[in-house]
Amino acid sequence: MRRLLTPAVSSTPSLTALLAPRHVVVAALLAFLALLPVYAELARNPFLVTLFTRVIILALAATSLNLILGYGGMVSFGHAVYLGIGGYAVGIMAFEGIASGFVQWPVAIIACALFALVVGALSLRTRGVYFIMITLAFAQLVYYFGVGLDRYGGDDGLSIRQRSGFAGLLDLTNRTQFYYLCLVLLTAAVYLTWRLVNSRFGMVLQGSRTNDRRMRAIGFPTFRYRLAGFVIAGALCGLAGALLANHTGFISPATMHWTRSGDLIVMVVLGGMASSFGPLLGAVVLLTLEEALPAVIRALATPLFGEVAVRMAEYWQIILGPLFLLVVLFARGGIDGLLAGSRRD
Amino acid sequence: MLLLIEQCLNGVQLGLLLFLLAAGLTLVFGIMDLVNLAHGSLYMLGAYFAATFVGWTDSFLLGVLLALAATLLVGMALEVVALRRLYGRDHLDHVLGTFGLILFFNELVRMIWGPAGLSLQLPMWLIYPVELLPGLFYPTYRIAIIITALAVALFLYVLVMRTRIGMLIRAGASNREMTGALGINISLLYTLVFGLGAALAGLAGLMQAPILTVQIGMGENILILAFVVIIIGGIGSIRGAFIAALLVGLIDTIGRAFLPDLLRLLLSSRAASTVAPAMSSMLIYLLMAIVLVLRPAGLFPVTSR
Repeated sequence: MRRLLTPAVSSTPSLTALLAPRHVVVAALLAFLALLPVYAELARNPFLVTLFTRVIILALAATSLNLILGYGGMVSFGHAVYLGIGGYAVGIMAFEGIASGFVQWPVAIIACALFALVVGALSLRTRGVYFIMITLAFAQLVYYFGVGLDRYGGDDGLSIRQRSGFAGLLDLTNRTQFYYLCLVLLTAAVYLTWRLVNSRFGMVLQGSRTNDRRMRAIGFPTFRYRLAGFVIAGALCGLAGALLANHTGFISPATMHWTRSGDLIVMVVLGGMASSFGPLLGAVVLLTLEEALPAVIRALATPLFGEVAVRMAEYWQIILGPLFLLVVLFARGGIDGLLAGSRRD
Repeated sequence: MLLLIEQCLNGVQLGLLLFLLAAGLTLVFGIMDLVNLAHGSLYMLGAYFAATFVGWTDSFLLGVLLALAATLLVGMALEVVALRRLYGRDHLDHVLGTFGLILFFNELVRMIWGPAGLSLQLPMWLIYPVELLPGLFYPTYRIAIIITALAVALFLYVLVMRTRIGMLIRAGASNREMTGALGINISLLYTLVFGLGAALAGLAGLMQAPILTVQIGMGENILILAFVVIIIGGIGSIRGAFIAALLVGLIDTIGRAFLPDLLRLLLSSRAASTVAPAMSSMLIYLLMAIVLVLRPAGLFPVTSR
């Protein structure tokens, strides 16, 4: 294990590298996130904390997807299923009277890891678009399984009346405590993936993305490495699912609808694939766009179109959709790529 | 027994609709190597166009023809403006870009037609059921769907395998550069193929419209089914899509019809009625997973590429 986690490349950045725009932006964003509850308290705007708790949880899910999508080149189109499994693990246990987070969360993570092990073992045999579609198929299977869970609300979902308890150490009903817990977990996850991808394990994973046949020719059993990556990503996303269920106090099959998986892919690509903070940037930008785009359209269009602008703002997704297309066409490296400038391809 | 025959006919009808949708997808996929998630939006547009034009012209057939032409044009415009730029890119780019197009089209439809759904009225001559077998009445409209879809399938087969344009399409699929070097306008050919696929999706949408309501997002769930069909059939294979579509249509319909009774033997009737639809939906994805595990390139893999 120690050998696997030793960085394979030197990672001591120089001072000029530290002052590169992407580092400044990431540092500013982290500082902003760390101070956000203070600001929300002063501005008497608790909604901000709720919104950004959601941003952070989805950023955690996107970070886990980035491990396999960005670094491993495995385009999983069913990653939201782990949000669902993690959420249902918490929801069902709360419903059946097991409220301790020390039980709920590990079960959520292990359930997701086991599911990822099965799905990965079967679907990593396929390539390209077949892989995209088989991961989608497994997610749909679980989605309809959730719809059929009669005892736990079926299609309508399940209300979780009780937050996960941590024996008095943490109070998840306290908005600020929950926010900081999510932030700490996200930071830990980003650090973990950074360590992973710069280790020997991560090098094999990335090598397999670039040229799987060559990696196998030089003697790496890449299937096992890819499967391990797939399981780690699933387990991490299961944690995000447990957090999300605690955040909304509700879990339903809609959490793992295929469009949710699409959203996670958007976050990863928008932020910048195969970059440590890319998914966080992507989640922040996507979710703030969703919140702010109507207001922005209204502000920009009112001087030009007057009353019509209010109606235009209602249809903000008409801007958001083509924006994805533009990112794909012109900003292949995502936000992280833009910040890094021409260093990336 | 009569119920079984009726459900089989329903299954065939759903299968053929899926085939229309899947044929366009698999053509675009096999020839341009493009994953088009926005295909379901064209299905939705076909239904909306039909509902509008039938209302304007007061004639079902005329409205349907206008709707087909409109969907064809939208498809071609979409290809020229946006999708053409995605050819040769990574599949992930296709997924993301066309995912954005779904949002765009859903919002566009909401802007033009409003958030409430529309309904498409059938003319009198398509409403009455006919007696197929003694005691077996079946709606004329569903028979019309089956006949139309079969005719389209035959047309596609003749078009691709027996005509000059079909030859060009197949040539373009197996070697784009060489076909271009022989003086064929490849980008025009691709635009036409995409338009054809769009029209097929529109046809599927407008034929489904009188049975279900015309609403935003109607194309999304059936799109996933159509993807399942082309994956089971083998990407790029129209024959594979045809067989897989019928398979999926039959399994889905028969599962929905008979699973509740089967499950009632094991569960309470309330539980059975909730679990059965979910289980029959799961059956299809299970089928796809099994097919992919056993034959990673589908039932009828296209070997020429």
